[in-house]
Order: sequence, then C-alpha cells, then structure tokens
Amino acid sequence: MTAHQQTEHQQPHHESVHHIGSLFTYALIFGALLIGTGLTVWAAFQNIEVGGISLNAPIALIIATVKATLVVLYFMHVKDSSRLTKITVISGVFWLGILLTLTMTDFLTRAWH
Amino acid sequence: MSTAVTDVVVTETHVMPEEHYLNADHSLKSWLLTQDHKRIAILYMLTITFFFFVGGIMASLVRLELLTPAGDLLESDTYNKAFTMHGVMMIFFFLIPSVPATLGNFLIPMMIGAKDLAFPKINLLSWYIFVVGACFGLAAMITGGVDTGWTFYAPLSTTYSNTNVILTAVGILIAGFASIFTGLNFIVTIHKMRAPGQTWFRLPLFVWAHYAASIIMVLGTPVIAITLILVALERGFHIGIFDPRLGGDPILFQHMFWFYSHPAVYIMILPGMGVISEVVTTFSHKRIFGYKAIAFSSVAIAVFGFLVWAHHMFIAGISMYAALIFSLISFLVAIPSAIKVFNWSATLYKGSVRWNTPMLYAFGFIGLFTIGGLTGLFLAALGLDVHLTETYFIVAHFHYVMVGGMVLAYLCGIHHWWPKMTGRLYPELPAKLSALLVFVGFNLTFMPQFILGYLGMPRRYHSYPPEWQVLNVLSTAGASILAIGFLLPMLYLVWSLKYGQVAGPNPWESTGLEWETSSPPPSHNFHETPVVTSEPYNYGEKEGEV
Ligand SMILES: [Cu+2]
Repeated sequence: MTAHQQTEHQQPHHESVHHIGSLFTYALIFGALLIGTGLTVWAAFQNIEVGGISLNAPIALIIATVKATLVVLYFMHVKDSSRLTKITVISGVFWLGILLTLTMTDFLTRAWH
Repeated sequence: MSTAVTDVVVTETHVMPEEHYLNADHSLKSWLLTQDHKRIAILYMLTITFFFFVGGIMASLVRLELLTPAGDLLESDTYNKAFTMHGVMMIFFFLIPSVPATLGNFLIPMMIGAKDLAFPKINLLSWYIFVVGACFGLAAMITGGVDTGWTFYAPLSTTYSNTNVILTAVGILIAGFASIFTGLNFIVTIHKMRAPGQTWFRLPLFVWAHYAASIIMVLGTPVIAITLILVALERGFHIGIFDPRLGGDPILFQHMFWFYSHPAVYIMILPGMGVISEVVTTFSHKRIFGYKAIAFSSVAIAVFGFLVWAHHMFIAGISMYAALIFSLISFLVAIPSAIKVFNWSATLYKGSVRWNTPMLYAFGFIGLFTIGGLTGLFLAALGLDVHLTETYFIVAHFHYVMVGGMVLAYLCGIHHWWPKMTGRLYPELPAKLSALLVFVGFNLTFMPQFILGYLGMPRRYHSYPPEWQVLNVLSTAGASILAIGFLLPMLYLVWSLKYGQVAGPNPWESTGLEWETSSPPPSHNFHETPVVTSEPYNYGEKEGEV
C-alpha cells in the first residue's frame, strides 16, 4: 500500500483516478455481459460456415474478447486509470499478440502432408 | 595506469553499527513474518542455496554416470530422472530467483533511496509461495521423480511418461507466481518509490537490468503457467491439445513452452548483467562507459528476447519460413548483449583496476558469457543447428551462459555486497582461490562438451561409444573441481559472519546510495531520505581518468 499512498501524495490533482463508476453503468455492463453469454450459447448451436470453413470458433472468440474488454475497462476500472496502467494493460495484450502472430508464422506456412 | 596487481585493502578499523536489520529482533517469528526486503532477501538466499545443492547432487550423478562409456551406475530410467531433476531444480528453483529475489530484493530499494519495496507484504508472500512450489518439486522428486527433461515435451509428458509430471508441473506453476509477484513489485517500486532527484537516468544499471527482467517475469510467466495447466488437463482428462492422437499438435506445446522459456534465460541473465555493470565500474574506479547504451540494451534484450523462441524448434518440424524469421531475429538479439560486453571492456580501459574477488568473477563472467553467447550464434544458424542441436554442444552452450554467466554473476554479487549484507568482509585469499577453482573447473567441465557435441554425442543418454571417454573423463574431473569451488564459499562466508573484518559502510569506495548507509543497514535503510544530485557512477576525474 506504500506505493498507493505515495501516488496520492505526489499527485494531489488526480483524485478522479479513484473515481468509481455509477451503479447504473455497472448494471448496463452487467446486462451487456449477460447478452454476450446468451449470444455465445445461441451461436454455439448454429452451423456457421463460409466457403466450407466453420466460423463457430472465431465467433465465440470475438464475443469472449468483447466481454473481457468490458470487464477490464469498467469492472477493473482501467478506463478511468492512469496512463501508466493503460500502457501496462496494452502491453499485456500486445505480448499475447506476439505469441499468436509468431506462432501463426509457423502454422500458416507449414507443409501439411 | 599501474601494471601492478592491486587490491582494495581496508585498513581503517570500523565498528559494527549498534542497531541494524539483523539484530533489530532475533526471534524466529520476526524472520518468518518480516516485511523487511533485506530479511526476505536472506530468506530467499538460504532457500535457493539449498536447491542449488539439490540440483548439484543430481548433476554429480549425471557426471559420475558419464565417467565410463557403459550405462553402469544408473539405469537409463534413473538417468533420465537425474538429468530432469537437475534441470528442474536448477532452473526453476535456483536460477530464476537467484539474483532478483536475493540481491535484487536487498538492493533495489537501497539503490533508489527507498525504505522498502512498494508492496512489502506481497514480497513476503512471494517467498512463501516459492517455498510451497519448491516443496511440491521436492515431493515430486522424493516420491519417484520425473523423466521428461525439464522441457516437459508433449506427448511424452502428457501421455507416455509414468512419472510425477503433474506434481512437478504444479510446483513450477506455484513458484511462477512468486516470480510474477517479485517482478510486479520491482516495476512498481522503480516507478513510484525513487528518492527525490533519483531520475531514470540516475538509476544504477543494476536497477535498469532488474526493470527489464521484471517485464519478462510479468509478461512471460503466465504463459508457462497456462502451458503446464494444459499439460495437466491433457494428462489427467485426455483433453486433446498437444497429443496428435487426441487431435492436438505437439509443436503447439513447444511454441508455448519456449515463448516463456527463451525469455526466461534473460530473466536469469539480465540481473547478472546488472551485477557485472556495478562491479566493473566500482573496481575500475571509473565512470561506466556508455551508460545509456547499457540501460537501453537491457530493455532491448527484454523485448527482442520474446521474438526468437522458435530457434529451439528448428528440427521439430516447424515451417521453413518461420524458421528463417526466427533465425534472423535470433542473430539480432546478440547485438544488445554485445553492446554490454564492449561497454564493460571500455570501462576497464584506463581505469585503476583492482583485482578483488568480485572483479575476478566479473572477468570470468565477461569471458565465459561471450563464449556462451557466440556459440548461441552457431545454434541460431539454420544449417549448423541441424548438426549441433540435441548434442552436447547445446549442453555446453547453455551452461556457458547459465553457469559461466549467471552463477558467476551471482557469486560475484554475493561477494561484492557481502559486506553490505553482513557488515563483515569475506577473507580475500580463500575467496580468490575459489574464484580461480570455479573458473578452471568450469572450463574443464564444459569445454570438452563443445567438442563432444561437435563430434555428435547426443545429450540425455547414459551410455556412449568408448572413443569419447577421454573427453568425458575430463568433463567429470572438471565438475569435481567446480564442486570444490562452490563449496569453499559456503565455508569461508559462514566463517566471516563471526570472524570477518568489520567492513564499514563503503569498503570498495563505491558510489551508489546503498554504500552511503551503514553496513549492515538499519531496518529502514537510511536514517533520513537521501537526495540524489548526480549521476550514479560519479568517480570524478581523480585516479580513474589518468
Ligand atoms: Cu533460446
């Protein structure tokens, strides 16, 4: 907690950093998450195909990503946090991107016999 | 520049400070519930020393088996377990926490002029988590061991091995969180707790190196955690992720494993490089050459280290396009390491070099790390790698980096800051002798392995053709010298706790905030918060710049 106190001490003008969203916003986001869950369940039972390639997994992943983004932004207060916190979150996502992209350089160009 | 070999000799008589962090409270409870980063560093040091010797015993078994061509001392299954447990113990329970959790923990708050780390309770928690994880690892070893190699390649680990894979994986998973907590604590501390005037470019390079290593700990460790959970899921519940028979892809395991485990090499080596930067400048009594280049090369290593992992997989069946990309980037990552080596060498130039034990270890580090790094380039080359990978060349290469580099840096740092941690000097003569033994023993152990590997001796077998016996005997002989070199410090360092000469606050005439307070430091490091007014290595224009 020492760092926390020191932050406040050094930056007295950033009281809004600790601002917590209204109950209404929380309810709204919670509703959106429920809709997302419903959508995931519904999409799982559809046979979504384009040109013979099943799109079920990508669609489920997109819905999950949107939901996770909402949780991080609102419930974890990243939306109202300092720029340093935002950079930290973005670098985490960026690193995940490195893992996926460079792994794909192998999977997408491999000679599949 | 004087040609005589000189030492720093402490002639003044000092007295121990009346109250310091070690004698503030003697009860066991005061140690087990301490939130003092210095005491937690000591707890970590005792723990990892224990695991270093457990890993060392396993290494001895391997070297003894390889004394003769026949697989006579250990059955092949037992041999598989011996080298696996050696790797697991040394990497996850010694090397990963080695410098950061001990010296980093002890020194970072002092170097930036703070009273403690940002989250002292999380720091203590990280030690407890580490101990719990390590106990799982020990339990796995005692109840039968693992035989997959420290790399846990699937589908061997997920389907075929009948040993304690899950128990070991759980241990590593738990210990991983200790590493994440340490990294998180360092990042926040370095951002938020710097003393007035301690700007980023006035931070010691040790702190920069730890900042870079912390980035890797925080961003990389979750991936190994998830990978090990997936191994456990496939092993326990037959969920097809890695095993082709279940619809999985074994190469996926290697991608995920090495995404962490290559950068993990930099978790181990970067803090060691931080130690060397401090020691080289102190014992040259001269401003470090290329401060910003060294600082930024640490960050560059942390970032580029994440882009090279598939160089471990060139023969595993990855696409040749991917292999080309990873080979190219692997060559590039050598540049920031080379920058450091050149800058350390340039620091020595026209410095007043003093040959105390830490400096001997630093010289050893620079030479051996360079050999380790350059042979890494052999292995990054696509064609040559096909011949050399999975041979003793690989084993020699990473031991040059991990032992010749990291363990030497650890010993270097322990000797350098021993007076700060304990208030007493280690005895110089036995310390120099053991530094020499380590250097000679190390080279005798691992230089023959480069040749063996080039001749084609594969790793991880308990028998080999008789024509390779001479080189293997040399290697085992070297290992026994190395063992003495590692045991000696245990003896004289413990001896020095009681009988060592009282060091005084700054025996090496070093700059740096940690040397401005008494040795051992008071519980809150400084009696009043220091104010920083100049660069970290301000050795002035006196003897250093002749
Ligand atoms: Cu690597």
